[in-house]
Amino acid sequence: MGKVVVVTSGKGGVGKTTSTAALGAAVAKTGKKVALVDFDVGLRNLDLIMGAERRVVFDLVNVIQGTAKLSQALIRDKRVETLFLLPASQTRDKDALTEEGVGEVIEKLRSVFDYVFCDSPAGIERGAQLAMRFADEAVIVTNPEVSSVRDSDRIIGLLDARTMRAEHGEHIAKHVLVTRYDAARAARGEMLSIDDVLEILSVPLLGIIPESQDVLRASNLGSPVTLSEPLNAAAKAYLESARRLEGEDLPVVVPFERKGFLDRLLGRRAA
Amino acid sequence: MSILDLFKRRTSAPVARERLQVLLAYERRSRGQPDLVSILREEILAVIAKHVQIDQDYLQVSMDRGETMSTLEIDIQIPNKSAVPLAMAG
Ligand SMILES: Nc1ncnc2c1ncn2[C@@H]1O[C@H](COP(=O)(O)OP(=O)(O)OP(=O)(O)O)[C@@H](O)[C@H]1O
Ligand SMILES: [Mg+2]
Repeated sequence: MGKVVVVTSGKGGVGKTTSTAALGAAVAKTGKKVALVDFDVGLRNLDLIMGAERRVVFDLVNVIQGTAKLSQALIRDKRVETLFLLPASQTRDKDALTEEGVGEVIEKLRSVFDYVFCDSPAGIERGAQLAMRFADEAVIVTNPEVSSVRDSDRIIGLLDARTMRAEHGEHIAKHVLVTRYDAARAARGEMLSIDDVLEILSVPLLGIIPESQDVLRASNLGSPVTLSEPLNAAAKAYLESARRLEGEDLPVVVPFERKGFLDRLLGRRAA
Repeated sequence: MSILDLFKRRTSAPVARERLQVLLAYERRSRGQPDLVSILREEILAVIAKHVQIDQDYLQVSMDRGETMSTLEIDIQIPNKSAVPLAMAG
């Protein structure tokens, strides 16, 4: 039985889709069978980030409504044999996903794949709740910034209340993935520190992904950063996070930037 | 950072632009109505279904939408006969 991992955040634009693609590809590269499911109905983007946008035939809603088989809707990645994508539908009908339908699809995926990553839409409404509903684990994507951390806290509340596991009194494993971490700004004290974020959320840390041009370039090219440029800092951070997700005990190193000469000279203080 | 890196940095935006143009052209065209490739897919399957019962488990359809050319591949297995792969560009 595979593991179902929801990638969620509450706040929009923090890096859920980027992280789903990067983590999923990283795990699949080790030979595990991985399915990425886009839950952002109406605003799908995972296909674009994966570079599969031209190959979408069927989507999650088609499978739920029975117009396509799951095997027909899954798109196999052209780079990694064991990596598959189930696209979201572009329909404007937000109720196209039913809980029962999603449950059936996830159970089938779970029986075939080692990992099922669910890319959640932003917000805390129905779409986000369906994406987390059947999850065993959650990756909470957070930027080191007040509104993002606050939204993460609300999402943690939902994970502990509204998931199938929570309702059955079971534990749902949670991990915080801090993304868009800017070491220079952190050194100047302009960003919440990692310790602050972890203390406030009291959820263990999966990794710290630096703010990086490489991520943008990877999405331009339609390739997860862990596949296109695995040696870059952001990719390395994702690759290590993926190993931690698989249970490896790897220490997290906080990206560090030495104070600039001017900063020291002027003795700049925290903002 | 090598010169090659600099070069790579410059080339990702045009790729993004080209990918978006192809995708958006398709999405705008097909808003509300199916595109030619989808119509062909439906009609080809309907013709096949007239002669044999299509088992959805043995049917794989794949498409690749390009700028000037799209491909549609229908791979269908018919019981008691050999699989008949149909490939056409449209
Ligand atoms: N580590 C990073 N460095 C630089 N840019 C990043 C990084 N991570 C994500 N981004 C950028 O942030 C933007 C939002 O990322 P993404 O689409 O993954 O967020 P999201 O949480 O899925 O958004 P939404 O809530 O809209 O679904 C994108 O432009 C992406 O390229
Ligand atoms: Mg997203």
